[in-house]
Amino acid sequence: MDLDPVLLSRMQFAWVIAWHILLPAFTVGLGSFIAVLEGLRLATGRNVYVGISTFWIKIFSIAFGVGVVTGIVMPFQFGSNWSRYSDATANVLSPLFAYEGLTAFFLEAAFLGVLLFGRKLVPPWAYFVAAMLVALGTLFSSFWILAANSWMQTPAGYEIVNGKFFSTDWLAVIFSPSFPYRLAHVVVGFYVTTAFVVLGVGGYLVRRQPYGEEGRTMFSMALWLLTVLVPLQILIGDLHGLNTREHQPAKLAAIEARWDTERRVPLTLFAIPSDTAETNYLTVEVPWLGSLILTHNLDGEVKGLKDFPVDQRPPVAIPFFAFRIMVGCAVVMLGLVLVGAWLRWRGRLYDTRLFLGLVQFAAPLGFVAVIAGWCVTEVGRQPWTVYGLLRTTESVSPSLTSFDVAISLASYMVVYLLIYPWGLFLMLRIVRRGPKHSDEEGSRIEAGRPQAPVLAGTLDLAEGESR
Amino acid sequence: MSQVLDLVPIWTLILGMAVFFYVLLDGFDLGVGILFGLAPDAPSRNTIMNTIAPIWDGNETWLVLGGLGLLAAFPLAFAIIIPAVYFPILVMLLALIFRGVAFEFRFRDAEDKTFWDHAFCYGSVIATFAQGMVLGTFIQGFRVSGRQFAGTSFDFLTPFALLTGIALLFGYGLLGAGWLILKTEGDVQIAARRHGRICLLGVVLAIGIVSIWTPFMSESIAARWFAWPNIALLAPVPIATAVVAWLSWRAFGNDWQVTPFLGAIGLFILSYIGIAISLYPMIVPHHYTLWQAASSERTQAFLLIGTLVLLPVILMYTGWSYWVFRGKVHSDIGYH
Repeated sequence: MDLDPVLLSRMQFAWVIAWHILLPAFTVGLGSFIAVLEGLRLATGRNVYVGISTFWIKIFSIAFGVGVVTGIVMPFQFGSNWSRYSDATANVLSPLFAYEGLTAFFLEAAFLGVLLFGRKLVPPWAYFVAAMLVALGTLFSSFWILAANSWMQTPAGYEIVNGKFFSTDWLAVIFSPSFPYRLAHVVVGFYVTTAFVVLGVGGYLVRRQPYGEEGRTMFSMALWLLTVLVPLQILIGDLHGLNTREHQPAKLAAIEARWDTERRVPLTLFAIPSDTAETNYLTVEVPWLGSLILTHNLDGEVKGLKDFPVDQRPPVAIPFFAFRIMVGCAVVMLGLVLVGAWLRWRGRLYDTRLFLGLVQFAAPLGFVAVIAGWCVTEVGRQPWTVYGLLRTTESVSPSLTSFDVAISLASYMVVYLLIYPWGLFLMLRIVRRGPKHSDEEGSRIEAGRPQAPVLAGTLDLAEGESR
Repeated sequence: MSQVLDLVPIWTLILGMAVFFYVLLDGFDLGVGILFGLAPDAPSRNTIMNTIAPIWDGNETWLVLGGLGLLAAFPLAFAIIIPAVYFPILVMLLALIFRGVAFEFRFRDAEDKTFWDHAFCYGSVIATFAQGMVLGTFIQGFRVSGRQFAGTSFDFLTPFALLTGIALLFGYGLLGAGWLILKTEGDVQIAARRHGRICLLGVVLAIGIVSIWTPFMSESIAARWFAWPNIALLAPVPIATAVVAWLSWRAFGNDWQVTPFLGAIGLFILSYIGIAISLYPMIVPHHYTLWQAASSERTQAFLLIGTLVLLPVILMYTGWSYWVFRGKVHSDIGYH
């Protein structure tokens, strides 16, 4: 494998965005959950909601903090590594990014401060409004960034002049053909991801303290939400797939590892696809089911990769396997939700220890599905940044050498591998302490060398004259 | 689509404002991060951190708006400038990560507080220095071929950029000291007054050196500054700078609570105006003007409509969030 600046830049973008996406995947759902809890508290006056909300706000603050700083990295990637992409697409895409900043980032940032530090400073209704606006901000953010991403997948409402894209119809740019499906699929996916985390944490708390009201309430709320959203998500995913077949047939062919255009295609459960031999090895297939699922018709035609020139095909293995991982997650999720619904119906939801334990292991499932789904859609778009129009190889900054990008990629790797596990550790510790734990006790623990300044050497220098 | 109005000046103003808001707002909280390193004990470090904990996130958002605003209004400049400062931007982003997560990690992680204290302070110092280098590289200009940056990723390493890097450390330190005087009392404030004066000396010295160096570096800037009648028209800028610097010096020495911060803001406004006068109308110095680098009128118009509505709203609720956390901060209350 030749490590040219393009490949290294792709790896770098994949690295920084894959880590970043884990946080919106969590904070979009959690922001809404906190707003709902604050609303319920206002409506019912019950203290249990304050307990749950305060508990999750602590976790939210860590996730959001990491999300903000890793998010700031993203727009600069466009300039630093993808300057030709920026030059070519800015006239169409940049307002979408800018509107994300204007409608979402400021809203989140301003009201997050109130959410974290202002419970005693503002009236309860204002606190609820702040929680709602933070949640709304995360949703606005999803709207704009997915509008931009969808336009890159299924461009619309544009013209090309001198190799640069210009908008001819802004509504068509924003509501490009894949946008409604992608938006629904991603936002519901984020809610499902968060709900599985809340379910897992709730299960843990109930197991540890069977009659703790906070644990039972969050466990039950998460399960109700999942009972609705997991089947809905599978339905939306199916519609999204039909949309991909219509607008990005090469991506669908890669997802299914179909080489020849055929009718009555089987569903490939497993295979080892080979890009060079243009065939699959070790295939496990179910006859006809492929056409039925992909086209909703037993006789439906599915395009094969051989219909596309070799230099216009995405790599097959990554979308193929990532898609199966995502669907595998969905199957497990659906199973858990069905079991949970049955247990609830039998009145044994809170005392089936096996299920309470099982959902703890399912807590990261949504993140796995989100990353897998993101790999499907982004690698499936290759070799293009703007599908069918702008190649990835023609998007990279021309001034970069492999050495430059290797340094930056290695730096991002080291820093993210330090920050993320640390953040996770701190969040898990909040979970272990449970909702009853108060911050005041924790903050009394002081360690390190509290009586010496951080910049001790510099201080001596600076203070020399005044002493 | 025919346009009655030339939108480029409007976008120049909006982007200029966004960048200035960033420099001012994140400037003071990066400066607070720098001075945090000089605080003698844990209670004063807690106090210093608490003065910006609820608002730093909003301050940093102006960086995103500045970057995206440049991409949206002047995409050619974005596509040339950002690759040219590849490493300073990288270092700045990584440093901002450390100092940003330190707010929460430090509070949640009592055992490793020392580590996150260091991360917060050094992150602030390094991010500031990197931003100063970006500024210096920008003023010097870039090697450009066609629509792309044509130099190497190490072009930024120049003595002038090192100087502007150090200058910005003093500059943000000055803003930070002004903010701390505004938000704290007692020993923390006394220390801020002392550090503020040191930073002020550094800033005045740096402004002086940059002002002497710049015309030697660029003939066009020298011509603009010293040609008649410009020299008379522009003279108020250095004179006002000297007056504000003198007032700031006095403000740090007296018991004034707000004036040191206002003085620091004044010095930043004047320096900003000085740079703008020197470079206008170039957005990629020596190569492209604002008009040549601008995005299409349709793009600028589409974004302008929303911006004109949203920006006042943003300023209103951001103002409200500052108002919620108004007043002096103490170490023992206010956090969560």
